Order: sequence, then C-alpha cells, then structure tokens
Amino acid sequence: MEIQENKSTLVVEKRDEQKIKKIWKTAFILLAITVVEFIMAFTMDRGIILYFLFIALTIWKAKYIMMEFMHLGDEVKPLFYSIIVPLIFLLWLVIALVKEGSDIFLMRW
Amino acid sequence: MSAHSTAIGVSSKRGVWGGGNEPLKASYGKLMMWFFLLSDIFTFAAFLISYIAIRVSYPAYEGPATDFVGSNEYWPVPELVFDALPFLHGVHAPLIFVGIMTFILIASSVTMVLAVEAGHRNDRNDVVKWMLWTLLGGITFLSCQAWEWNHFIHGTDGGTVLTYVNSLSQIVTETVYGANLVVNEYGPASFAQLFFFITGFHGFHVTIGVFLLFLCFYQAAVGVYDRRGHYEMVEKIGLYWHFVDLVWVFVFTLFYLI
Repeated sequence: MEIQENKSTLVVEKRDEQKIKKIWKTAFILLAITVVEFIMAFTMDRGIILYFLFIALTIWKAKYIMMEFMHLGDEVKPLFYSIIVPLIFLLWLVIALVKEGSDIFLMRW
Repeated sequence: MSAHSTAIGVSSKRGVWGGGNEPLKASYGKLMMWFFLLSDIFTFAAFLISYIAIRVSYPAYEGPATDFVGSNEYWPVPELVFDALPFLHGVHAPLIFVGIMTFILIASSVTMVLAVEAGHRNDRNDVVKWMLWTLLGGITFLSCQAWEWNHFIHGTDGGTVLTYVNSLSQIVTETVYGANLVVNEYGPASFAQLFFFITGFHGFHVTIGVFLLFLCFYQAAVGVYDRRGHYEMVEKIGLYWHFVDLVWVFVFTLFYLI
C-alpha cells in the first residue's frame, strides 16, 4: 500500500525576524496597557476621569489589535475606510443611550 | 499583503471583465470575513452600549469597599464581585482571575498572528506549532470562563438578603445565593442578565473559534493547505480569532474595570 504523498511545490521562505520582533513588541504593548489598567483600577478613585481613561486605553488597545494583528493597516485604503467609517454610527448610539440611561436614572431615583 | 495570500496569480493583461480580479485587493474570503466581522462589531456594540445605558440608569455604590454588600438598589463594584480564584476558597483576590483570562486570550492572539505569519511563508511546521498553541489558549480561556460562570451562579457562602419580585410575581424577602435571570446577590437583576448575555455571547464566539482553530490546525497538519497552494485559511480564521480578542478587551473594560 502506498502512502499518500504530502510533498508540495510550495517554497518555504525564511523567517523574517524583523516582522516577528514587531509582533512580540505589539504583544508587549498590549500587555503593558492591561497592567496599567489594572494598577489604575486599584489606585485611583472611581469616577468619570478614571472611566474616561479606561475607555481611552481600551480603544488604544483595539487600535493595536486591528492594525497590527488583523493587518487592517496593510489593506488598501478603500477597504480600510469601509470598515472604519461605519463605526461612526456607534458614536451616536453611545451618546443617545447614555442620555437615555441618565434620564431613566433621574426619573427613577 | 494580499500579494502573499492571493490564491490565483492575476495576469495584468486580463482586464477588468476577464475574471479573477479582486475588489479592494483582498480575496473573496477575506473580504467577506471583514464584512461579517463589521456586522458582528455592531451586534456586540449594541450589547455593550445597552450595558452602559442600563448601568448609568442605576446609582453607583458609594462608600468604602470594605463595607460593600450586594443590593438591588445600586450597581455593584466589579472588583468586589469578581474576586474569587479556583482552589482558593474564601480568598479575596479582586480581578486576579479575570486578569489571567485576559492574559490567556491576548497570548493566544499573539500565537495566532505568528501562525498567520508562518502561513505567509508557507512554513507548515511553524503553522502547526502556533495553531496548536492558539488552540490550547482558546480551550484554556473557555475552561476559565466555565469556572467563572459556575462561581457566579452559585455565589458566595453568605449570600445577600434581598427584597425582590420573584418569578411568581410575589414580593419576597429572603437570602439570595448566586445569580440567575430573576435575581442575584450582587446587584440589580439586569446586572446578572447582562453578564450572562454578553459574556455568554462572547463565549459562544470563542467556542466557534475553537472549532475553527481545530479545523485549521488539522488541515494544516495533514497538508491540505500545502496541496491547495496557499495558507489563506489561516489568515481568515486568524481575523476571526483576533476579533474575539478585540471584543474581550471591551468586555473586560466595561464589565470588570468600570
């Protein structure tokens, strides 16, 4: 019985150490931001400033994940904008629902 | 980027209507994955923004953390709810476990991007190696979440005395242990409801991700992608997996930090 050949004609390229280094660097940044968030959670007083900082740091992390890990930055500009621009709608949803929530708060309590 | 991953080399002489063209210079599969993820972003955003809206409609807990008791009158402080660790019963370890979970998911995202990088180089051994690490990370994360849910549902030893409307529409005052969709010992009913729905929906995505990762790992290992001539599937599943990580970053901030 013959064993199925798995040999391929694909040429295995050598590791690009520069690229791999960049991946680890991004990973380190993500980890560092998370650690900073952790420290902030236990050292700072709860309040609007802390929440604002948390959300800013989160969006910063999201940027790294999308641009470096998902390679969105390497895609052509029309693809990049067709993913990013629709997210503007979410800004309005945030404003509308936070207003709604705080009005419910005023009515209820 | 797409030059590496394109399945079919497109001849420049073929013209616009000759077929084989790629809109936005991304392959069909990658493009559709991006648009699926965009729609999924909206779904998760709707969930998370609803969370914010309901959260701001309740008063926050005021007072020193050491005196905290759960109540359906105000929203709980997350670090006082999520403070348990497996095997360490009764130890107050605020956010440590969820920190470990976040670390695991980010780490598995890193190994995934290394697998994608190996795929670009057609390096089967490296793809298999990194896919296996990613798969392991995904399964570990799911197991952690199962424990987290289990603890959340069963609750603390003491429980909390609450007055609430039960599922038979009666007003009752009793000691509540843990959480369900009607009542929970930590805070208002919507706190547990949102926790179950949002982390549950995210966990569901992770579960699908783990299936896809296994599929990809298996196909890479038996040489399907070598025979196919490209490793684009690693890239597409990678996009999905990074998205799961992306959502978790937001869930982590909104549920556990704020």
